Amino acid sequence: MQLVKGEHIVTDRYVRVLDDAPVPDNVPVIVPAARFLADAEEFMAREAPTGVLWPNNRKVSELEPYLDRLALIALVLPSFKDGRAYTQARQLRERYGFRGELRATGDVLRDQFLFMLRSGFDAFEVKKDADAAAFIAAIKRYSVFYQPTDDGHISAFSRRLARARTPVTSAAKVIAR
Amino acid sequence: MYHYDDFDRTLVAERVDEFRDQVARRLSGELSEDEFKPLRLMNGVYLQLHAYMLRIAIPYGTLSSAQLRMLGHVGRRYDRNYGHFTTRQNIQFNWIKLQDLPDAMADLAKVEMHGMQTSGNCVRNITTDQWAGVAADEIEDPRIWAEILRQHSTMHPEFSFLPRKFKIAITASTHDRAAVKVHDIGLRLHRNGAGEVGFEVLVGGGLGRTPYIGKSIKPFLHKRDLLSYIEAILRVYNQFGRRDNIYKARIKILVHELGAEAFAKEVEAEWQLIKDGALALDPAVIADVAARFSYPDYEQLEDSPATLTSALASDPQFKIWFGNAVSNHKVPGYAIVTLSLKPTGGPPGDATAEQMDAIADLADKYSFGEIRVGHEQNLVFPHVPQRDLPALWKAIDAIGVATPNLGTVSDIIACPGLDYCSLANARSIPVAEEITRRFRDHNLARDLGRLHINISGCINACGHHHVGHIGLLGVEKNDQEYYQVSIGGRADEHAELGTLLGPAVPYAEAVDVVEDLVAAYLELRARPDEIFLDTVKRVGVEPFKERVYATR
Repeated sequence: MQLVKGEHIVTDRYVRVLDDAPVPDNVPVIVPAARFLADAEEFMAREAPTGVLWPNNRKVSELEPYLDRLALIALVLPSFKDGRAYTQARQLRERYGFRGELRATGDVLRDQFLFMLRSGFDAFEVKKDADAAAFIAAIKRYSVFYQPTDDGHISAFSRRLARARTPVTSAAKVIAR
Repeated sequence: MYHYDDFDRTLVAERVDEFRDQVARRLSGELSEDEFKPLRLMNGVYLQLHAYMLRIAIPYGTLSSAQLRMLGHVGRRYDRNYGHFTTRQNIQFNWIKLQDLPDAMADLAKVEMHGMQTSGNCVRNITTDQWAGVAADEIEDPRIWAEILRQHSTMHPEFSFLPRKFKIAITASTHDRAAVKVHDIGLRLHRNGAGEVGFEVLVGGGLGRTPYIGKSIKPFLHKRDLLSYIEAILRVYNQFGRRDNIYKARIKILVHELGAEAFAKEVEAEWQLIKDGALALDPAVIADVAARFSYPDYEQLEDSPATLTSALASDPQFKIWFGNAVSNHKVPGYAIVTLSLKPTGGPPGDATAEQMDAIADLADKYSFGEIRVGHEQNLVFPHVPQRDLPALWKAIDAIGVATPNLGTVSDIIACPGLDYCSLANARSIPVAEEITRRFRDHNLARDLGRLHINISGCINACGHHHVGHIGLLGVEKNDQEYYQVSIGGRADEHAELGTLLGPAVPYAEAVDVVEDLVAAYLELRARPDEIFLDTVKRVGVEPFKERVYATR
C-alpha cells in the first residue's frame, strides 16, 4: 500500500489508532468514528492533528461541529463497487466546506482515481504499487468533464456557455483549457 | 440528429485510449479477469456463454445512416456478420474478440458512438420514444432532455458505483412508447395549468424478479431543475439503496421499503440543498444542446399523393403493409415507417451487416439519412415522403424487413436467452421463432389484432415478460427448460403487470400454450376489434387458465 497525496507518493505521517489502544501524544492520529465522537472535544484539544476514519453507512452531517478543527477524514471503499464514499466526499467538500485532508481508503484502484479526485478526495491509500506509480497518468487521461463538481474542472456545459458568450478569436483558448 | 461538438468528441476519443490501455493490461496479464471485469463492463463488454459480447449505446434510439453503416462494418469486420437490437435502444455483437475490441471502439468513435453506460451499476443509456420529434401527439422533442441527461450521467464521478444499474426513460407523448413506468426513473413531459412544459417524475418502476410499476413523486418539475432533481434521487439511492443483496439493490426496492412518500421527502430535502447550485440549467445551455440537433428540411407536400392512393387501390399486398407499418407524421405529406426485424422463423431484433448497409442507403434516399430503434426491437424510418412509400416498400421487402406483422402475435420481444446468455435458464429465441412459424399467416395474425408476446430466458426479465400481453418466463425444473405463462401485462401509459396463469409448462409445450391462449381469445372476444388485452381485462384470467390447463 502506498499513500498518494498532491499527485506524489508520500510517507504517511498519521498513525492509525485502533479502538482501545492508547493515543500517543504529539503524533498525528486517525481514530475510528465511535471513539472520536465519544471524546471529540478531547481529541480537538490535542496539539497534534487528529483524523477520523468514517464508515460509509453513517451520515457525514454528524461531523459538522468538528469540521473546522479536524485535520483529516478517511472515507472507506470496502470494495470498489461500493460507491457510497463518493457521495460522502462531495457532501463534505461541497456542502460542509471541509478543507482538511480527505483520504480514500480500502479498495482504492487506478481506474477510480479520477472519480475520487472529482468527488473531493485529495489523498489515496492505493492498494497496488503499480497503480500508485501510474497516478498522474490516470488522472490526466481525460480533459472533458460533463458534471460540475468542486474539483476545479469546468464542466462542458459551462465551457460551452463561455464559448457562446466569447468572441470567436478567444474561443480557441476556452477549448484548449 | 444530435451532432457531437469538440467536447463530446474528445471525451469519447479519450475513452477509447483508456480502454485500449486496459485491454493491453489484460492481454499482458497485468490485470486478472476479475480486475478487468469492472473495466470492460464500463465499456459495454460482457463475457457471455461462448464469447465476449459488445453492447453499443444508441442514445434515445436515433441513428444516422453513417452510424448504421458503421454498425454493419463492425458486424462484418469483427463479428459474425450480424448484430442484435435490444429492448433498450442498444445493439449487441455476440462474437467479438478481446484483442479486436479497442479497434472496434475506435471505429465506432469515428461516427460518435461508444459502449459507455450500456453495462455496470451506473446510469444506463437514456431511452425515449422511437418517434421522438415526429410523433403527432408529442409536446416537444424529448431527445434534447435525453441528450442533456446522457452528458450529465456520462462518467459521473459520484454515481458510477451505484448499488445497481439505473435506467431512465423519457416520453413526451400522451401515448407512452418508451415504457417509462417500468424504469428506475420515468420522465413524462407535459404542460401544467400555467401552460409551462415540465416533467412528471416517476421512480421505482422496473421488472426483474420483483416487478413494480413506477410511482409518481413529482407531478411537475421545471426544466431548469431536471439535473438537480435527478442528482438528488441518485444521491438518496446511492446512500440508502441496499447493497447487501444484489436482488434487492434496485431503487424500486428502496422506494417500496421506505414508501414512495417517505422516499420523495428524502429526495426533496436533498434537492432543496442543491437546486439553486451549479446544476440549475441555464436556458442558454439548453439552447446550445438543442441547437446541435439537426432536423430535416421538409418539403411542402400534400397528404395522400396520387402515387400513394393509386398503389393502395391497385396493390393489395402494399395496402396490407401500409395498414400495418405506416404511421402518421406531424408534417403533412410525410409518414413514419416501421421496419420489421421479426421475420418468420428468425430471431427477433437481429439484422445482418448487408441489411444494415441496405437500410442505411434507403434511409439516405427516403428518410433524410435517419433511422430509429424502438424498444420493440424494430427499426423506424422517421421522415418518409408519402409519395415514396410504394418504392420504399418494394426496396425493404427485397431485404426482408417488410413483414406486415408489427404489433401482432409474431412481433415478439425476446432476450437472447440460453443460446447466448450465461444467466439464462431457458432458450428464448427458438420459442419466438416457433411462434412466428405457427402464426406465419399474417392475415390471420392481423385479424387477432394487437397482441404483444414477450419472452425472457430468466427471472432478470430482459424480454420484459411481465408487461407482455402474453409473457413467457424461462425457468429451470429438474435440469429441463420450463416456461411460466402470464397474461394481461402492458408497458404503456396504462402499465400493468401480467397475472401468472399456473404451473410452468415444458419447452415442447410452450408454443402450444400460446396457441391455446389465442384460440381462447377468439372464442371469448366480444367483437373482432376487442384486443386480447381488453378481453383479459373484461373476463379475467380464469377462462384462459381453464383452457390452457384443461388438457395438461
